[in-house]
Amino acid sequence: MPKIFMNNKEITVDTNATILDAARSTGIHIPTLCYYEGKAPIGACRVCLVELEGARTLVAACSTPVAEGMKVHTNNKRVREARRTVVELLLSEHEGSCQYCTRSNDCELKAIASHLGIEDIHYKGEKPEKRIDESTPALVRDSGKCIKCRRCVTVCREVQGVGALFPQKRGYKTMIGPAFAMDLDSVACVQCGQCAAICPVGAIQEKNDIDKVWAALEDKTKHVVVQTAPAIRAALGECFGYPPGTLVTGKMVTALRRLGFHAVFDTNFAADLTIMEEGTELLMRLKKALVEKAPVALPMFTSCSPGWIKFAEYYYPEFLPNLSTCKSPQQMFGAVAKTFYASKKGLKAEDMIVVSVMPCTAKKFEAQRPEMNSSGVQDVDYVLTTRELGFMIQSAGIDFKSLEDGEMDSPLGLSTGAADIFANTGGVMVAALRTVYEIVTGKEFPAEDLRLAPVEGLKGIKEASLKITGTAPEWNFLENVEVRIAVAHGLENAGKLLESLKEGKVLYHFVEIMTCPGGCIGGGGQPRHTDDSVRLARSKAIYQEDAGKKLRKSHKNPQVQALYDEFLKAPLGEKSHHLLHTRYRERSKI
Amino acid sequence: MNKKMIEEEIREIADSWKDKEGNLIMVLHEIQNRYGYVPREVSLVLSEILDVPLARIYEVITFYHFFRLTPPGKMKIAVCMGTACYLKGGAELLAELEHLLCVKPGETTKDGQFQLEVVRCLGCCGLAPVLKIKEKIYGGVKKKDIGDIIAQYSDETEAKAAA
Repeated sequence: MPKIFMNNKEITVDTNATILDAARSTGIHIPTLCYYEGKAPIGACRVCLVELEGARTLVAACSTPVAEGMKVHTNNKRVREARRTVVELLLSEHEGSCQYCTRSNDCELKAIASHLGIEDIHYKGEKPEKRIDESTPALVRDSGKCIKCRRCVTVCREVQGVGALFPQKRGYKTMIGPAFAMDLDSVACVQCGQCAAICPVGAIQEKNDIDKVWAALEDKTKHVVVQTAPAIRAALGECFGYPPGTLVTGKMVTALRRLGFHAVFDTNFAADLTIMEEGTELLMRLKKALVEKAPVALPMFTSCSPGWIKFAEYYYPEFLPNLSTCKSPQQMFGAVAKTFYASKKGLKAEDMIVVSVMPCTAKKFEAQRPEMNSSGVQDVDYVLTTRELGFMIQSAGIDFKSLEDGEMDSPLGLSTGAADIFANTGGVMVAALRTVYEIVTGKEFPAEDLRLAPVEGLKGIKEASLKITGTAPEWNFLENVEVRIAVAHGLENAGKLLESLKEGKVLYHFVEIMTCPGGCIGGGGQPRHTDDSVRLARSKAIYQEDAGKKLRKSHKNPQVQALYDEFLKAPLGEKSHHLLHTRYRERSKI
Repeated sequence: MNKKMIEEEIREIADSWKDKEGNLIMVLHEIQNRYGYVPREVSLVLSEILDVPLARIYEVITFYHFFRLTPPGKMKIAVCMGTACYLKGGAELLAELEHLLCVKPGETTKDGQFQLEVVRCLGCCGLAPVLKIKEKIYGGVKKKDIGDIIAQYSDETEAKAAA
């Protein structure tokens, strides 16, 4: 391992490290705007300049590999002045509206400028063309704020395998955007929002639905309920200074109540419901294949993640029959709230407003899909990201940290640990197995602490198999069947898995796909900044939430059982079919 | 152009570059040589064939001045913006042409007749400011002359159309 000198101090570094890695390993912070963890550096922003003795010019720390005996200076006059020039030039073209930009509090460019002591911009001149793209329900792009760091290009292409955003034109006229300068809604963007989560400035953000929610809360004629996705409770705290992975379920409930929601419910309830439907659907498909020997689409894919659904509709329509017909928990919740709950309260669907809090921007798109109106009106009215909820709580003047813990309301607020783990990659799979295995064998899912280590963690594609023995008579056809499962997160990984399936290299019965790296805990609507250490911290908190529940299997949820008894009757029954299942369609890429 | 025909043609071009690194730019060269520009529908097909995002293809096309997104005009008008011509009022000539033809540099007029281009030096700086239409050089051009010069060529096309 090479030894280098960092600011005159000798350190031993990893052979494959860059100067940036080396600096971070020794506690030296070098500012960057284009760096993307785990991806090849592109050296676009030039903010990470350092002095390398013997080199003619300053070098970019992110893209310069270390070499034995190298002498690096990260903080001397030459470096500071160069960085200041670079950032001043960026600022000179930045139409930031910094006085009131919603990123003012966490703008990375502003923070770097402040750390460099920039008090004036010495470069004046023309600003680039400002174009605002509000074409999608999920995202807003503002080219005037864009600093062309290309992080969004990296995440869209390399992490999500989509490639909707690329630089266009050159030099001063460079813009980042979709092909043919079209709007996002005209190209094959899945609206996952990973670009918005990684943007260092305010150039890409979720479409703000906060004012609509305030208006709903003040509308005396409406009964306004809220549902919160499993991943929110492990991340919302970050908006208020808690470290990543702090569970704030109880405070979140109290805060929502104080915001004025008439009932605070849980998407987790609908996640348990999803398992009942999806688990049954899987068993029906297996029965069809193994007993009736009828043609049936296997493996079955999970369908909770709207970015993944749109990805399949654009890029892999041949797999649409493999997608579970189950709606996502968000949409199941909306449909049940505006029918079952509404009738219990003596309300009509149109008297209700359902607000979701999601870690996701694609959920804003999903809520507006035309088929999501089983209650007769749009089932979910407004979708807020975790960040938007954090903002609302702050702007309502609620001191989050001092809130007492609250409890979710009935009858759509109780959930099991199986629902909690929906937030993590591998979680929907395990939640389904906990229920399916028990239905089939009458015995508990045979895994330590009901968890399945091979499908946990941040590896892109994970596999496991499970031999089923001791089946109940009705499920005899599954005796000794080795159920093969796979889990992928990040759509680039999903694409690889689908290609392997197409080539016949792999065979599975059941596959879980989540759009975002790490699953929903790493969603495009989560507090910034999300990297692997943050993903792992949030994921750990989710498992902790699961472990703390008395009930950890979806079919044991008494409120879900009551919903079936009183209203739905049976999984995959007629009412379920109408309210809880959906269809997909092939989409043209342009 | 129907999609099937395009697909066959593009596949033929793409196949010859298939496994070579950096093939996108070479394929785009061949496409432009064949069609005179890179038609949008061809980009769409190419994106499928090479499995390259459309936005990436658009990036390459817009990065290099060589590539065109619109069909070339029947006649090319090149306005020199080399140092001498620029100092002698090349920019004024360009602005007048943009105004008269309603196009920006790199674009073709709606009727497909004229394609406006900016060039760096035509090798006759003594005549600055210079513009070139088809192969004919016009030297010492003044803003007020431009209308007449264009008219000659418009007449030419109209006369042809009449005959």
